[in-house]
Amino acid sequence: MTDVADPKLEEANVGRVGSTETVAQRVSYLRAGHSLKSWLLTTDHKRIGVLYTLSITFFFFIGAAAAALIRLDLLTPAGDLMTNEGYNRAFTVHGVVMVWFFLIPSIPNTFGNFLIPLMIGAKDLAFPKLNLLSWYIYMLAGLFTVFVLIAGGVDTGWTFYTPLSTMYANGNVILAASAVFIVGFSSILTGLNFIVTVHTLRCPGMTWGRLPLFVWSIYATSLILVLATPVLAITLVLISLERLFGLGIFNPAIGGDPLLFQHLFWFYSHPAVYIMVLPALGVVSELVAAGAHKPIFGYQFVAGSSIAIAALGFFVWGHHMFVSGQSLYASAAFSFLSIAVAIPSGVKVYNWTATLFKGHISLDPPFLFAMTFIGLFVFGGLTGLMLAMLAIDVHVHDTYFVIAHFHYIMVGGTISAFFGALHYWWPKIVGRMYSLAWGRVTAIFFFIGFNLTFFPQFLLGYLGMPRRYHVYPPEFQVLNVISTGGAAVLGVAYVMPLIYLIYSMCYGKPAPNDPWNATGLEWTTPSPPPKHNFEALPVVDRPPYDYEIEMRDEHV
Amino acid sequence: MSDARPVTDPFTDPLQQHRAAMMGMYVFLGSEIMLFGGLFCVAAAVRLAHAPEIVHASRALHFGIGGLNTAILLTSSLFVALGVESANGGRAKITSRWLVGAAALGLAFLMMKAYEYRMEFTEGLLPIEGVHSRYADDVQHLFMNLYLIATGLHAVHLSIGILLLIALSFRLAFGSIKLPERAIVLVTAGLYWHLVDVIWVFLYPVFYLAR
Amino acid sequence: MNFIPLWPPGASAYSHQIDLLVIAFTVLIVALSAPVFILLLVFIVKYRRGKEADRRHAPDRNIPLELSWTIIPFVALLGFYIWSTDLFARLYHPPADAMQIDVVAKQWMWKFQHPEGQAEINELHVPSGQPVKLTMASQDVIHSLFIPALRIKQDVVPGRYTSSWFVADKTGTYRIACSQYCGSNHSEMTGSFVVMNPADYAKWLSLSSNEVNLAAEGAALFRSRGCSGCHDPGASVRAPSLAGIYGNPVPLQSGEIVIADDQYIRDSILLPQSKVVAGYQPIMPTFQNVLSEEDVMKLVAYVKSLKQAGVTQ
Repeated sequence: MTDVADPKLEEANVGRVGSTETVAQRVSYLRAGHSLKSWLLTTDHKRIGVLYTLSITFFFFIGAAAAALIRLDLLTPAGDLMTNEGYNRAFTVHGVVMVWFFLIPSIPNTFGNFLIPLMIGAKDLAFPKLNLLSWYIYMLAGLFTVFVLIAGGVDTGWTFYTPLSTMYANGNVILAASAVFIVGFSSILTGLNFIVTVHTLRCPGMTWGRLPLFVWSIYATSLILVLATPVLAITLVLISLERLFGLGIFNPAIGGDPLLFQHLFWFYSHPAVYIMVLPALGVVSELVAAGAHKPIFGYQFVAGSSIAIAALGFFVWGHHMFVSGQSLYASAAFSFLSIAVAIPSGVKVYNWTATLFKGHISLDPPFLFAMTFIGLFVFGGLTGLMLAMLAIDVHVHDTYFVIAHFHYIMVGGTISAFFGALHYWWPKIVGRMYSLAWGRVTAIFFFIGFNLTFFPQFLLGYLGMPRRYHVYPPEFQVLNVISTGGAAVLGVAYVMPLIYLIYSMCYGKPAPNDPWNATGLEWTTPSPPPKHNFEALPVVDRPPYDYEIEMRDEHV
Repeated sequence: MSDARPVTDPFTDPLQQHRAAMMGMYVFLGSEIMLFGGLFCVAAAVRLAHAPEIVHASRALHFGIGGLNTAILLTSSLFVALGVESANGGRAKITSRWLVGAAALGLAFLMMKAYEYRMEFTEGLLPIEGVHSRYADDVQHLFMNLYLIATGLHAVHLSIGILLLIALSFRLAFGSIKLPERAIVLVTAGLYWHLVDVIWVFLYPVFYLAR
Repeated sequence: MNFIPLWPPGASAYSHQIDLLVIAFTVLIVALSAPVFILLLVFIVKYRRGKEADRRHAPDRNIPLELSWTIIPFVALLGFYIWSTDLFARLYHPPADAMQIDVVAKQWMWKFQHPEGQAEINELHVPSGQPVKLTMASQDVIHSLFIPALRIKQDVVPGRYTSSWFVADKTGTYRIACSQYCGSNHSEMTGSFVVMNPADYAKWLSLSSNEVNLAAEGAALFRSRGCSGCHDPGASVRAPSLAGIYGNPVPLQSGEIVIADDQYIRDSILLPQSKVVAGYQPIMPTFQNVLSEEDVMKLVAYVKSLKQAGVTQ
């Protein structure tokens, strides 16, 4: 195999810690093997990160196509584009693909895989072969899902509520549930790998208190991946067995309880949304520190808040069930806990703001995406608090208000952070600089398009437009048209980076080790890094975000 | 003690690699506990909602067979523990025999389970679709559904464990696993087996001994 | 006429209270977020890289600050929590004199049953100023009755009764929608909610098709389905008497004592083995596949109407 490091080359690198270009060209991970086999059988975490990035982009566009169909159909109050059944399948596909095949792996499996070993000073993750297996499991599940689509899709909504999914739905429920079941294993193995890596492979001097905040957030995410996903697995098994063999647990006719499904499903799915947002929060910490050339204010509080969100996130699932028929006392308890879980997110936002005080702020694309994140995530989070208020939720539950809230977090938040990460670490991953001007334009298009798409949906929800509605009363049309128009602008923002980033791969300026003058071990390696990351394992003796020296040299 | 354990990338020393292997297995077992935890929560919810019917349905199960199975599985765990001990001592052939013994006990468990399912089938209690069943009430039907799912899922995990032990015992017999350097492989496999045993130790009273 | 409606109509005093809560909460949202947005902009401008500014002694931690921006928002939110939970709890305590309307949801329509026997499909007429309690059952999957003008919503779950209540003040016609995805025609499971002043409502009742009242229909079912064969006082099979049981405690075989409410009567008909009365054999057959949810509601109305001293018809 061509990607085994040549020992003679390695030897030649020792003692030449400062050298860059020729070393990079000889042993960069991108050039260590050109065959398809060297990519498909790689155990290099950086290559696996790249493989994931390509896959999730593919699935994102499938989910986005479903969204486009939905928004086109909603231009008119009558269902002109699709039939009722077709529309129901469209929103189900949108949910299933976006949640499990895009959002959940979006940052951990791409940037997490690529960066964690680099950030902690390790050569790879603890279990490199398991990492590759995770990707194959993800791809298998993804192909399964494509097959489900071709076979006619499924129409239960991504939430598979019983008894609709077990006894009444006509689509390919078991196939869809199986696809999600399979991708769950990819999640669990990824989380396992990250947890063990962060515990055991930190280089000398890299104490927990010196870890970049991105690592803290991925670690917290991994706890959720490992502990929550199995509950989804058993829930999917239960509905599949009920559908396939009539082994009903949720069937009221034999004394079962349909609500039990909801408890089990949301016990996973609420922590799942923290899987989607915690890595994004970690990315934003990195982008703010780098954009302001200043240590993150309140490092310990920000690190601790990630763990607090992960822990508290397990105890709030009942806020999806306030009107389901659960007891008043259960609802009151879940409402209280849902308020509590919002506090650590607020702590992060306040700390980021304080970080900018007396900083050295540069409006490069990564920082701009961090700002769009903060703008949109704050609004999404505060509307989440509104939903946590029981009496308000009774009115807006299962309406477009909820849809707007979670898209503010998942698109306004997670996708902002994903784009920010992409624009920040692109030079490291690919070794080229891209057009900063176009990056800034994308951030602006994204912010405007996003708000146009989803802000009207808050109004629609309060007005009483329920979610998953194919036809709607005519007086809601204007707001729906604005929303669809915004989606078109948003679509442009999604496609633009594909163009200038791919362009940069061929024509961009070669990137130096540290184009942003940022701190972090990943920036001490060449861009792109060599296959084994470091010529010699680093020894850390400085706090994280140690920008003092930079500040002294550059800005005085 | 001179550490002849091999160190593979990305690890830099044997202790670090050992720690990682143990932690990895414990994290994986944590996820398995959450998987069965969901089932136990369902069982608890059903019990809370229909206590008298559940007790009645539980009485219909054959706790003697279940008890025997519990003893079989506990003994197999003992065999695995002894196998791990001999692996640490470098005795590959003896380890192999302990593992084969444990796997055989596992198979005995499965055979007893099949026999038990057959008994329940003739008693009209097994919830097979299309087959006439004789439940005392609907909740017994619900209980038997859950019983079949839980014991079935456990049997799947046990079967994986049996295959794992057999595969390892073959490799040990042919000398492909160097002991005691690679004893960690046996330790982690043993942990999996013990978990499957522990899960049964909880399943048994929940289903057979609900009073 | 609204070109772009921005706020739903409010048909009850409760709806106005919810609107007040929402507006107040929006003020809180602005108070918690505006400082962030303003400061971000100010800092970005003032501390632009390369721009002259006093950056000496830049802090990177401040425990009192951390504690205050953790605790103060939390306390503010707790105030809203109490306000909101109180409003929510009211939905669980309908007044005793509420007029009961039975609701059956099924794919993909709503059936509303007035106590006087009036049945409506996808339309609900109520008198203004009168507390109305909805007792709801689903024939198939989970649905959810949503009346935006009242700001209330309640899932309708198969296998049990769920309920909600309201007092509508403002006459008019408003929308009803199903708000729990229930299959193909979920978005067409809508209807009208018509609030009339009491005089008009009385007129509407008398004019529309005059069915026999609910309890009387239940009595007819009681006989035609064979319930009286065991439960009538002179029956040959020993079964518990139903006279006067509604609302009173019933001792069960298991030792538990339950109150005979709507859910209990429904379960006794559809899942008779689940709550056997103490001292009786579990021999009652289930009517699961024989009676619809609507039929069961009529029987419940009938049992409710039975007074003590065995007044059966």
